[in-house]
Amino acid sequence: MSSILSAKGINKIYKSGSRELAVLKDIDFEVQAGQSLSIIGPSGSGKTTLLGLCAGLDSPTSGEIILCGESISSMSENDKASLRNRKVGFIFQNFQLIPTLTALENVMIPLELLGQASARKVSTDLLGRVGLGDRMGHYPSQLSGGEQQRVSIARAFSNTPQVLFADEPTGNLDEETGESIESLLFQLNQAEDTTLVIVTHDLILAGKTDRMIRLKGGKLIEDSYNKTEQQ
Amino acid sequence: MGQFAFLAKTALRDSRKNRGKLFMFMSSIVLGIMALVAINSFNYNLVKDIDNQTKSVLGADIMVEGKKPLPAHLKVVVDSVPGQRASQMEFFSMALIDTKDSAEQETQFTRVQAVEGNFPFYGNLVTDPKDAKERYQEEGGALVDDGLMLEHALSVGDSIQLGRQRFPITGRLMNSFGSVSLGASFAPSIYIDQSRVKATELVQTGSMVEYKYFIKTPEGFDREEWDNSAVRMKPFHAEDFRVTTIEDQKRNLNRAFSFLNSFLNIIALVALLLGCIGVASSVFIYIKSKISSIAVFRCLGMKGSQAFTVYFLQIFILGFIGVLIGTALGSALQLVLPALLKDFLPYEVSLSISWRAIMEGLSIGTIVTSLFALVPLLAVRLISPLRTLRASFEDDVAPRDPLKWVAYAAIVAALYLFLWTLTDNVRTSMYFTVGLVIAFCLLYLTSTGIMWLVRKYFPTNGNFVLRQGLSNLYRPNNQTRILIISLGLGTAILTMLFTIRGLILSNVDSMDAGSQPNMVLYSIETEQKDEVAALTREMEMPVVQEVPIVTMKLAGWKGKSKAEWMQDSTRTAERWVMHREARVTYRDTLASDETLIAGDFTGAVSPGDSVLISVDKGWAESLDVWLGDELVWNVQGALITTYISSIREIEFRSMRTRFFVLFPNGVLEAAPQFHVLVTKTPNNEVMAKYRRAVVKAFPNISVVDLGSILTTLTDILTKISYIIKFMAGFSILTGLIVLISSLLLSKYQRIRESVLLRTIGAQGSQILKINATEYAILGGISAFAGIFISTLAGYFITTVELELEFAINWWAVVIIFFFVVGLTVLIGLWNSREVLQRSPLEVLRREVG
Repeated sequence: MSSILSAKGINKIYKSGSRELAVLKDIDFEVQAGQSLSIIGPSGSGKTTLLGLCAGLDSPTSGEIILCGESISSMSENDKASLRNRKVGFIFQNFQLIPTLTALENVMIPLELLGQASARKVSTDLLGRVGLGDRMGHYPSQLSGGEQQRVSIARAFSNTPQVLFADEPTGNLDEETGESIESLLFQLNQAEDTTLVIVTHDLILAGKTDRMIRLKGGKLIEDSYNKTEQQ
Repeated sequence: MGQFAFLAKTALRDSRKNRGKLFMFMSSIVLGIMALVAINSFNYNLVKDIDNQTKSVLGADIMVEGKKPLPAHLKVVVDSVPGQRASQMEFFSMALIDTKDSAEQETQFTRVQAVEGNFPFYGNLVTDPKDAKERYQEEGGALVDDGLMLEHALSVGDSIQLGRQRFPITGRLMNSFGSVSLGASFAPSIYIDQSRVKATELVQTGSMVEYKYFIKTPEGFDREEWDNSAVRMKPFHAEDFRVTTIEDQKRNLNRAFSFLNSFLNIIALVALLLGCIGVASSVFIYIKSKISSIAVFRCLGMKGSQAFTVYFLQIFILGFIGVLIGTALGSALQLVLPALLKDFLPYEVSLSISWRAIMEGLSIGTIVTSLFALVPLLAVRLISPLRTLRASFEDDVAPRDPLKWVAYAAIVAALYLFLWTLTDNVRTSMYFTVGLVIAFCLLYLTSTGIMWLVRKYFPTNGNFVLRQGLSNLYRPNNQTRILIISLGLGTAILTMLFTIRGLILSNVDSMDAGSQPNMVLYSIETEQKDEVAALTREMEMPVVQEVPIVTMKLAGWKGKSKAEWMQDSTRTAERWVMHREARVTYRDTLASDETLIAGDFTGAVSPGDSVLISVDKGWAESLDVWLGDELVWNVQGALITTYISSIREIEFRSMRTRFFVLFPNGVLEAAPQFHVLVTKTPNNEVMAKYRRAVVKAFPNISVVDLGSILTTLTDILTKISYIIKFMAGFSILTGLIVLISSLLLSKYQRIRESVLLRTIGAQGSQILKINATEYAILGGISAFAGIFISTLAGYFITTVELELEFAINWWAVVIIFFFVVGLTVLIGLWNSREVLQRSPLEVLRREVG
């Protein structure tokens, strides 16, 4: 298996006036294509910051991130946007659907950005697969939390991403809905052969991924594989 | 192309649930453009009509006019022009009118036009009966103004007396012809044949008569070339004759209306600017509410420029729709304006669509809307996708985005260019632009200062509500800067309009007819003056002023003759002061309406001494002379050398005869002169009796009833002030809409906080008080800063530009202050009502979700 995401010597320092706050310190890891990885750790340990850096939403203070074979640390904002559009999907804790667009239109955005003529058809299929075939014309405010997250998952898979980043995907949902979302996520992950990177507090969810890294105080303190994964 | 279609589609989709928010944005543009198009349409139609009607106003192709009959050497030049000719003597005189029910005669101040030849060549005298205009000269009759005939119940066939001559009335004159001066409104016209003037004995030495010679040139004759020949025109100027061609007349008329034009343009522009402030503030607040959506778009791979395009298209399309609606409404409103202004204008203003005004409205509107929206829109490019993960992430809008400064520069440049296009005045445009930039900077600094002060001296103890309200001023998502700038600029422009409008109107009011002398007697000969004064006192009326007048011309100054100065290209003196016939008086004291501002006044000179005169400050500045300078006068052929020993300032609001040049006693007593007497009649009955007595005993004397002139003047000024109020009303309305829309839009800033407070148990009254505190402080600071800026600008405009006395109307200031604060608090509380009436979740879903 080839490496699809690689973080080398990542440091992230935030400045607040004259004070400096090191959020991530010397992080190194690599993720193979098709692997699922969870990032766990207490609040404030730097999980979300690491996810943002890996997905090219932010730049590290030092170090290098290679995503899908391209070094994104030195990429321009436009190039990073283009890479995200072609090869990356996102799922957020608070769903992050555009409130003014319908469920279908939300799912269509990445494909329309790619200029795909089949955007409507692909998105309709995907919404059907996540069980929202009859809610396509609804706005986010007319959907429940679980339904919104399903739309978000459909959107994340619409551009058949190579890597999917998920930030606490079940954090805002009840146990039952959370479980159905988890299974949907893994089901699509396997069907599409997508690499999955999840930030979570939920150790049960983390246990379902192939690999787990633990952060504490901005440092990577544990990198372990679950039983089924070959070391 | 495919990408653009997607972006356009996204723009349309995204706007769906925001159209309510964007309505306020559009309303600002609609009002601003409506005012601009309506006013400009009216202006362009006015100019077009002036152009079309000039021929019939002048009545001929060329007119030569002066205050004496054309000398022989000039007549030769005039006669060399091919074509038909006619002439006219024009003077003011009292007419005696027989009354139907008493033996006494009534009197009326009139403008006598004594015509020789078939004048006018263009345009028509409208008479009743129609053929009266062809008969009155031959029959020795008169055409009499219809209004005058109605007032005195005269009929065709009755007679009217001018001086010693009685004229049968051949016809009613139904139109005022050939004059756009206000003088035409004061004195009704009477047309007679010029050969009858002598018999009236009204024209004597010192009489003020205007001699006009008209030529209708054949087609192909180059009037401009004839008029522009300096060699040919020089002798006319030397004899104080003025030559006017149709082309000159067009220019003069356009200039005469340029003030009205500029005023209307400025008002339109103010309305547009207020609209622009509305655009900028509403787009700013709108974009803030869209930040999370933009972050998601960016996260999904949309480039900064693409996100910018999505929102730019939204704003541009809505703005353009606003501009279209504004243009349509403005064109429709234009139908109202001519009806409103028709009494004031000497022309029928046509009701045609002005394509130029429409194109200007569309282009200016689209450009300024886009530019003003650009500054807040540029920030869209820099919104980080990281916001999807961290809602509080603040570091995404680069403070030094160079494009933002380019946008600011483009706004300033565009403002200047539009102002220049509209006012055609480089200086006014520059003052206005610089003033706006300074006002913007002052408000920006004020808002920054307030945030810094509140943060630094924040009360750590004390009332929770007060602390919450105060902290809203500087916390993230605060609206301090945007509201202080938009409310402050809006208040400043509104207050300035009120101040200047008030100052112009109060200057009009100060010409109070009631307390002023109301009757002036002109052309009194020296031997008549004691008798006239006696007659006045006999009727128990005061002689407010009795002055001798000697007419003279300036022959030279500062050591050079007038002819030498005329050749001098470095001359700084203004033309009017060099060529105008001076009406000079002499006395040994200053009058009560005169103030000495430099030098010493000399009341009398002995024979052989230098003649020391006193001149008006404005007159001296126009001639570029000052204390000690030598002036040489031509007094009926005799040259008198004088020196300026004092400079006076004359109170121009009093109704007395004013003299730019004042001689001491002992110089002009023997010169040919006539006298003027000013008096005040207690009522109309005495006035009529006095007028009759004077005209009967001294037919050469003209009695001018200032009372009726003042009434006419007040009428005209009332109309002008009505126009000012109406037009300013446009801007005021736009300003209010802008203030209201800025405030209404600000609700999206506070709604989350209010809902959260409500959720954790805050009482409705506490939320109201917190919001009231924030809005009251914002309203108070904005109103104060706006009033301060408008006071500075108002002082500058009134004293430097309008040359009026500046005074602060404290009542207006206090009212505006409390109005703005009240409006701000009221709308702030109105914004909170939903939070109080509905469940927190419902509010979040409706307004945010």
